[in-house]
Amino acid sequence: MSSAFLHDALIYLAAAVVFVPIAKKMGMGSVLGYLIGGIIIGPFFFGFVGAEGKDIMHFAEFGVVMMLFLIGLELEPEKFWRMRKLILGTGIMQMGATTLLCFAILSIIGFTWPAALACGLALAMSSTAIVMQTLREKGLTKTQAGKSSFAVLLFQDIVVIPILALLPLLAASATHAPSGGQSTFLTGLPGWAQTVTLLIAVNAVVLIGHFVFVPFLRFIARIRLRELFTAASLLIVIGTAYLMILVGLSPALGTFLAGLVLATSEFRHELESDIEPFKGILLGLFFIAVGASINFKLIIDNPLEIMALVCGVIAIKSLVLYATGKISGLSFDQNMIFSLGLGQVGEFAFVLFAFIAQLHIISARASDVMMGVTAISMTVTPLLLLLNERLILPQLGTREAVEESQADYIESEHPVIIAGFGHFGSTIGRFLRASGINATILDNDSDRVELLRNMGFTVFYGDATRLDILKSAGADQARLLIAAIDSPEINLDLVDKTKQEFPNLTVMVRAKSRLDAYELLDAGVENIYRESLDTSVRLGVDALIKLGFRKYTATRAGQNFIKYDEEALRLLAAHRHDQSDYIFQTREQISIQEELLANDREVVPNIHDHAWDSEAYKGQE
Amino acid sequence: MKKILILLAHPRFEKSRTNRFLLDKIEEQPGITLNDLYERYPDFNINVASEKALLTEHDIIIWHYPLYMYSAPAMLKQWIDVVLEYGWAHGSRGNALKDKTIFNALTAGGARESYAHNEHNRFTLRELLVPWEQTAALCKMIYIPPFVVHSTHLLTDQQLVEYARLYRLLLQRLSNDEPHLENVRQYEYLNDWLLTDKEQLNHE
Repeated sequence: MSSAFLHDALIYLAAAVVFVPIAKKMGMGSVLGYLIGGIIIGPFFFGFVGAEGKDIMHFAEFGVVMMLFLIGLELEPEKFWRMRKLILGTGIMQMGATTLLCFAILSIIGFTWPAALACGLALAMSSTAIVMQTLREKGLTKTQAGKSSFAVLLFQDIVVIPILALLPLLAASATHAPSGGQSTFLTGLPGWAQTVTLLIAVNAVVLIGHFVFVPFLRFIARIRLRELFTAASLLIVIGTAYLMILVGLSPALGTFLAGLVLATSEFRHELESDIEPFKGILLGLFFIAVGASINFKLIIDNPLEIMALVCGVIAIKSLVLYATGKISGLSFDQNMIFSLGLGQVGEFAFVLFAFIAQLHIISARASDVMMGVTAISMTVTPLLLLLNERLILPQLGTREAVEESQADYIESEHPVIIAGFGHFGSTIGRFLRASGINATILDNDSDRVELLRNMGFTVFYGDATRLDILKSAGADQARLLIAAIDSPEINLDLVDKTKQEFPNLTVMVRAKSRLDAYELLDAGVENIYRESLDTSVRLGVDALIKLGFRKYTATRAGQNFIKYDEEALRLLAAHRHDQSDYIFQTREQISIQEELLANDREVVPNIHDHAWDSEAYKGQE
Repeated sequence: MKKILILLAHPRFEKSRTNRFLLDKIEEQPGITLNDLYERYPDFNINVASEKALLTEHDIIIWHYPLYMYSAPAMLKQWIDVVLEYGWAHGSRGNALKDKTIFNALTAGGARESYAHNEHNRFTLRELLVPWEQTAALCKMIYIPPFVVHSTHLLTDQQLVEYARLYRLLLQRLSNDEPHLENVRQYEYLNDWLLTDKEQLNHE
């Protein structure tokens, strides 16, 4: 192993470990942390990484490839079908209008029409990597803005396929004939043949996925070697990507298709948990590489041109997005998140610009400028979102806090704060309200906040893990904080912050699963409520009743089971740390399940106990 | 014909041989309602309004339960506490149950002889039932002696069939309004009244 490799790995990992926590602490999200880290280690500031940045970029693009594989995996065909109207409607509107506007403006400033069209298409792309990561971290994926964003991104990810197929046709009509450059199978062919090749390749991936990957994975799974399955997962992703590159197509699209095909197979979750950690690290690397590759020299040499392009592109994209959001019925706040969030040019643009330059539709310099614009716009959007969250929304839309004076008044009256008012939190809120206890609610879905305010609830809009929002919601005076947020990570974050800043506040936490409960126990939380426990047992009790058990007996069995399961949870939580080797999440889940099933046979004592059973006295007198 | 309400409180009915014999198909007899409290309220959350309505509809009420530690299962105490409200069942304006007939029907593991001052249970069963009698009096109801099945775990199926027949006979005669209540009240158990009547019939 060369020391150069170790040197690079050291720099990149250190940049991630140093800057991401800082960014998180400042409430900026990890994407911005990676980007800033990249800029700092890049040639312009410290120059730890220099000319080889581009190579790293190639390597790191693999993070995007894996992300698309995972997106494909998560996208079940039914879900896709249910969203088809949203995807097509918002997608076509956004892509069409953005491309058209960019095309018009680029034509005016002197691009040839094929160049303007090709660049317009590339600029219309947004960054799935940045947007999805940011939305997930802020817990916004289930809001209207989150859903619309996902739909648009998905449409873009898919539409890249036909765009890549069309670009060679544009090249054919451009004045330059493709020559030289990287030689792939595709470049030697005339335009129409390239298009046909692409269609054949796409179909080949679908067929191979069905008839080769699935039987292959079944074979590997039967060998029962964990690392071998991980290796096989990586092999599929890398293999697909390599084949695509060989033919001269985008590897990201190939793996997206492979993921889509494998989504219906029984290995879906297994693959997800195997690829996820690699994706996370490589995506981080990708963001760092984007930061490092920003050509500040180009900016300093042509500051006006670059700035104008960046501002122009973001403005056009955001305006089109805003109009799209407006038409599809997003409220103001949601629309701001939607249109600013997707305002950047995405990672596919790197692929497209490289391809466009390779086809000689635009010059190498123009391609450099465009890639610079893309990288800068990617860095700017997390900042814009932050400004939107801190400055614009509080002024215009759903207010983060009710007026200060009023807030002070309400604080002292509400003993309970509920963070997260989805289906879980809202039931708690309704119950408390019905019992005459008013709670202060924190939620980050502005549509819901609007509704709740109209219904007379005290609602604070914003990220519940932000200390200033917690403070203004009255966390110093409240007695209980109920963490009912959907995302376990955010709940855990909230619990940690509360423990540090408001030690007197009693925290009650919703846990989605047993694993979440373990994490919370590790964090020292006492009051943990697993959403999967009580309802499931209640159903089980009713099932016993339907089978002919007496209701009271079944009810007692249920009560005992819950008590037993809570005790077992605490026992296993302690025991969990004994296991020395690291187990991936899904596997851990399975091993827990196994252990539980083995112990369960001894519980539900009352089905066989002697309480109220006169037969037990028989023969004693 | 008088309507009878059986308030059954048995937390483990499925395991009680005696009570299954006693109550088997009991509702097929006309005018009888079986209110299975543990089945209706497994969470102890008794619907007071519906219980009151049931009481209003019936003329004869039976507290039917196994004797545990000289008292009834928890559900029946809960029922008494939440249903027999002041101002409805008792108090100067609480006349909803006035003049209705009420008695205990219970099963006990111990023999009848063991419920005596010089035996290990130290009190007669009637003495142990004093709180029930007074509760009935407070609610202006007519309390009549209990129907009791003793030594439940020693009884043969044949004997249980006999008890079940006796219980049915009792319900039928009460429903037909046969007994003069003053006459019935002189017996320690309703069983005694039924059996003496039977003997008299046999003599005639």
